[in-house]
Amino acid sequence: MSGLSEAGGEALRLIAGADPRLLDIVLLSLRVSLSAVAIACLVGLPLGAAIGVSRFHGRRALIVVLNALMGLPPVVVGLLVYLLLSRAGPLGELGLLFTPAAMVFAQAILITPIIAALSRQVVEDAWAEYHEQLRSLGENRVGAAMTLLWDLRYSLVTIVLAGFGRAAAEVGAVMIVGGNIDGVTRVMTTAIALETSKGDLPLALGLGVVLLSIVLAINAAAYVVKESAERRTG
Amino acid sequence: MVMPRFLAAVLLLAAFAPSAEEPFITVASTTSTEQSGLFGYLLPIYERQTGVKVHVVALGTGQALDVGRRGDADVVFVHARAAEEQFLAEGHGVRRNPVMYNDFVLVGPRSNPAHVGGKDIVAALRAIAAARASFVSRGDRSGTHMAEVELWRVAGFDIDKSKAPWYRDTGQGMGPALNTASSMNAYILADRGTWLAFRNRGELSVLVEGDRRLFNQYGVMLVNPERHPNVKKELGQQFIDWIVSSAGQGAIAAYKIDGQQLFFPNAKDAAA
Amino acid sequence: MKSELAMRESKDLLPLRLENIVFVAGGRRIIDGISLVLDAGARTLIVGPNGAGKSVLLRLCHGLLEPTAGAVRWNSAETPGCARRQAMVFQRPILLRRSAVGNVSYALKLARIPRVQRIARARDALRKVGLEAAAAYPARVLSGGEQQRLALARAWSLRPEVLFLDEPTASLDPRAAQEIENVIAAMHAAGTKIVMVTHNLGQARRMADEILFLHQGKLVERADAGRFFKDPASPEAARFLEGELPW
Repeated sequence: MSGLSEAGGEALRLIAGADPRLLDIVLLSLRVSLSAVAIACLVGLPLGAAIGVSRFHGRRALIVVLNALMGLPPVVVGLLVYLLLSRAGPLGELGLLFTPAAMVFAQAILITPIIAALSRQVVEDAWAEYHEQLRSLGENRVGAAMTLLWDLRYSLVTIVLAGFGRAAAEVGAVMIVGGNIDGVTRVMTTAIALETSKGDLPLALGLGVVLLSIVLAINAAAYVVKESAERRTG
Repeated sequence: MVMPRFLAAVLLLAAFAPSAEEPFITVASTTSTEQSGLFGYLLPIYERQTGVKVHVVALGTGQALDVGRRGDADVVFVHARAAEEQFLAEGHGVRRNPVMYNDFVLVGPRSNPAHVGGKDIVAALRAIAAARASFVSRGDRSGTHMAEVELWRVAGFDIDKSKAPWYRDTGQGMGPALNTASSMNAYILADRGTWLAFRNRGELSVLVEGDRRLFNQYGVMLVNPERHPNVKKELGQQFIDWIVSSAGQGAIAAYKIDGQQLFFPNAKDAAA
Repeated sequence: MKSELAMRESKDLLPLRLENIVFVAGGRRIIDGISLVLDAGARTLIVGPNGAGKSVLLRLCHGLLEPTAGAVRWNSAETPGCARRQAMVFQRPILLRRSAVGNVSYALKLARIPRVQRIARARDALRKVGLEAAAAYPARVLSGGEQQRLALARAWSLRPEVLFLDEPTASLDPRAAQEIENVIAAMHAAGTKIVMVTHNLGQARRMADEILFLHQGKLVERADAGRFFKDPASPEAARFLEGELPW
């Protein structure tokens, strides 16, 4: 397909040209998605671990809901956050609509269920194995959750990468709450959507190749770090 | 346990808070205007002259007006006079100023099954209906869509209700609709600006143009600060004043694609 | 926070009294009315056929399970939030993804031993089981026998009054099993009460001072080890020792 080879050429031209506007878009994409992942981990990892080690009424229903939230459609989240942050909405005073902060907020909402649901599963499986010994040593549930999160850190790396991938890939939420404003809230995915709608498919594909390369590089780096650490601590 | 995490989250969000130093306004406009490249040309001129940044949120006309109704923009800049007047009547806008016009063109495939051409858009639409030739519509409540539906009405068709199989209602913006028309070799009504910037033409070309009924008038309004106290009324009015001034109007006229002028300034035309 | 010494000066954990313990799970009466008193001193080994309830009895004593009926009474109750005074070692050692010394320090942290003392005490425990050379190694790269010794070192570092063991050598080869038995003997010599489940009668003969023989959830016989093996009083015990009851 000539479109693909054109796209490849376009991608190389973009990278070699080091267009400052492209660089801005790439940096903003990374800032938004990495911040969203950080918030999602701060909330989602303890939440998932806590559910993983606890027993309480309605726990199974909660797990089903949490798992289902992994499939939240980005465009629906975008719409809900838009209504929340709009001047006509409850949080309008904050003036966050059409800013990168709104994009971080929306993506954090999207990814937190992924982090929580997957870490819940991983922690719960480990808890089944560890719980007698940890309780024997006098660990309480909260301490156990924290201990397990650290012990399972290598599995968690994969979960965090899944969350990051979802954030970096989505366009529905950031388009609605960010507004794709040139130089302010334009990220890789919304830029690709724009070029596609303008009919400039080679450029859109080229940007797509750049985005994929960045995500691939991040995954490769995480893998290398994880492998070397794992070799050291078993 | 919870507090440090919550604070960290708030700090992260705050890191992205809009900086107090750079003044800016938010303008709700349409995708076709942005995709024509006009803002990319015009706004740097304005920013250099005044130091005020203009953030353009580009949506369909209906959506852009809704953003204004919610007070999420300071200025609304669209091209659908009836909808703009209703916006004013509802009390969401201060005043409407005409700014410029561009025109629509009827674009079609090389095979031209309805044999259209020349200047008469209404005759062309009738010919397309008679030939049951494929016609792509935006169908998205945009200014372009509403103009198209109105032209069909003049030609004698209640096109929204007709559900004719050759009439493809895609619910998309101008660019994606052009993509669809290009891949289907169908007729489509497009604004000249998006058409000139459009790369994926396939076998499409301009078949009918120049009919007065194809002219597309733009108007600009300040969102009503009495209704929406957060509106930046001084900065917003400054932008409006500039765009209807000779400096702004001159800049609009100077914007060209392939040597062709896209937008024709007419702020002085009170009837527009 | 009470110091460890202050807690020792309060009453001993033992004797442990089980008063008519019943444990029902999955519709089955796994423990069916057991009463006994465990005193300090003797090495108590629990034997019996499969399904007799040995592991469950151990967990009821240690507090990992709550009895369906009846009471588990220690001479002085452990205060929740203070260091545990009893420990347990399981058939498969459960170790964290840390170094050997890190695993022991973790247990000491839970026991609220001040940080400055933890490493020294952990290394001391490793030395006592012969693992000081492996202190920095990741616990998970150790062999099965070494991991079990590490689990024992972890328990020993807590200086427990009672050590429960659930078939600690069942997964180990004879040489590693022997090393484990040596460590247990050393802990006993240092003053820890040993309560151990085993299905290995040879091991029971080697290690026991007294035998608790369980059958179908009941304590059928309790006797000094020597007398039990030479001349069991109950017909079930006799059949068990003959090999007619399944291991």
